[in-house]
Amino acid sequence: MRYELGQLDSLEAESVQVMREVAAEFERPVLLFSGGKDSLVLLRLAEKAFWPCRIPFPVLHVDTGHNFPEVLEFRDRRTAELGAELVVASVQATIDSGRVGEPPASNPSRNRLQTITLLDAIAEHRFDAVFGGARRDEEKARAKERVYSFRDEFGQWDPKDQRPELWSLYNGRHHPGEHIRVFPLSNWTEMDVWQYIAKESLDIPSIYLSHRRSVFRREGMLLSTGPYLTPRPEEEVFEATVRYRTVGDMTCTGAVESVADSLDEIIAEVAAARVGERGVTRADDTFSETAMEDRKREGYF
Amino acid sequence: MLYDTKSIFEDQLEAVERASRARRYDEVNLALLTDGLRAEREQGITIDVAYRYFATPKRKFIIADTPGHIQYTRNMVTGASTANLALILVDARNGVVEQSRRHAVLSSLLHVPHFVLCVNKMDLVDYDHERFEEIRTEFESFATRLDLEDLTTIPVSALYGDNVASRSRNMDWYEGPSLLHHLENVYIGSDRNLIDPRFPVQYVLRPQTTEFHDYRGYAGQVASGSFQPGHEVLVLPSGLTTTIESIDTFDGQVEEAFPPMSVAMRLSDDLDVSRGDMICRVHNRPSVGQDLDAMVAWLSETPLRVGGKYAIKHTTRAAKALVQDLYYRLDVNSLHRDLEAAGLGLNEIGRIGLRVTSPLFFDEYRRNRATGSFILVDEFTNGTVGAGMILERQH
Repeated sequence: MRYELGQLDSLEAESVQVMREVAAEFERPVLLFSGGKDSLVLLRLAEKAFWPCRIPFPVLHVDTGHNFPEVLEFRDRRTAELGAELVVASVQATIDSGRVGEPPASNPSRNRLQTITLLDAIAEHRFDAVFGGARRDEEKARAKERVYSFRDEFGQWDPKDQRPELWSLYNGRHHPGEHIRVFPLSNWTEMDVWQYIAKESLDIPSIYLSHRRSVFRREGMLLSTGPYLTPRPEEEVFEATVRYRTVGDMTCTGAVESVADSLDEIIAEVAAARVGERGVTRADDTFSETAMEDRKREGYF
Repeated sequence: MLYDTKSIFEDQLEAVERASRARRYDEVNLALLTDGLRAEREQGITIDVAYRYFATPKRKFIIADTPGHIQYTRNMVTGASTANLALILVDARNGVVEQSRRHAVLSSLLHVPHFVLCVNKMDLVDYDHERFEEIRTEFESFATRLDLEDLTTIPVSALYGDNVASRSRNMDWYEGPSLLHHLENVYIGSDRNLIDPRFPVQYVLRPQTTEFHDYRGYAGQVASGSFQPGHEVLVLPSGLTTTIESIDTFDGQVEEAFPPMSVAMRLSDDLDVSRGDMICRVHNRPSVGQDLDAMVAWLSETPLRVGGKYAIKHTTRAAKALVQDLYYRLDVNSLHRDLEAAGLGLNEIGRIGLRVTSPLFFDEYRRNRATGSFILVDEFTNGTVGAGMILERQH
């Protein structure tokens, strides 16, 4: 008998430990679900952590109103299968209430507005722990974040004053109005996520697989034409064979040219990739050198 | 090493090159890869731990890049607490400096199982064998006073890749492995305690559905040792014994559970078992007590004082703790014990005696990281203020 667990089993065990710890110590946890690959892994881990019980907290989707329809369909199907409670917080509703303005048509990303909708939802439902699927290998500010990430009453992250986090002894104490963001996938890489999806035969939204799509190039990224984003006159629209490496707002998530239409092919593509997933596919991260840190400070996940 | 193992994405490397140019550096500064925070990039220092991931065909690695400055010791301690191996870099020109000694002491206190001293910038001392041996001898004589179980010293030039991913041609006198080869082959199978069965109960699974009407599973992560269905076990604090009915997971029952598996146990008898209890074996049980001695690393600007009360978290158990004694403060540079110390300030380390409001089930930290560690939390600020490592009590 070899007393060693494989890489994916060790990661799973660690994530399950984190989820059970949160369920035991917090009053009102919630799991953020975007329909993306990380959050669908998170949902599977929750299913495993509490089996044979149902997942003991609701699932929250911050709906920018600019979602890929394939992703919304997936969200509804998966939460129904699990019998999980789905809470939808709408960025459109935040805009309609006059709390924030619509971004300019030239750059219509609602990415930053999500933060306000998310913080409103956390306050309204008095959520005290919010699970997110963020991974440390995604981005250099995320590489610095704890598994339990403390947020003050304004939802802000203070990267210079994080709680030391030792062993697997997590400190979830907070005052009313404050909350903890919890990242059970902290130590997972993009490759781990895909290998886990393959191992578990998890269903994924179809846009992760290669398909034909009408796109145009903006700042080095392939953006999809559609109801929320209009190409500028100088931007040429063309048909391409693409897939998505990340799933976010339709206005700021770029596609990559790819013929990978199975999990095995995606894994081979990730293994050979020379560019990080957020480098090619997220306009919101390339605004400035510390764009992610700046948004996280404000309460973005 | 990230660079030499081609673990850096092109866009990340371009971003680092761009940032280095903007700062008018002479060369591309790869530190900007891990110094991801605005304040770190501005000051050119590492403040907090950065985690980086890379894989070779043999192994997957997590690098916790921790700060060297003494004022960020608490962040270094955070990184060391979960590490299998500590890697300390010294500059071949300067040799072993105060910071290297401090890091060796902290790695020893946190009982990181493997230790590598990298003598870097060998190119700047003409790859001189004698210089390397001088540094090695100096460090090894210091290390005899520590508790480092497995020490390896490797001469490298990170800038030119000598002995990083492959053996250097500039140091024929060195017969050991390259750093990467060593990291790929170091045996970590015995890093976890597989002898003493300990299962802290984390969460009780009671589905109360038609299908699982009477199901009662005790969920948790195996801290150490191994458990099998049919084993006679003892539950603390009740002291009652029963047998393991089954060990369940979403993917089915398992024949044996060992660390770091997260599982759920069903017991043959209906006992009162809840979060914070511990399942162990009848003939192998942890110490049970309310009084314990520990080395504590202080992480808060508000000093530790004798008489101070804190919340304590140990395994899945929460209680309150009173600091009864401060036996000494340890100078991490000289290993001198200051018996007159009145308190512990930020980043200071000392031996304390604690009285806990309810019994803890613990082992000596040296023997069992999972059941020998605890954190202290300030009940008013909620900050994590102390990291504790339990010691054998001296009578």
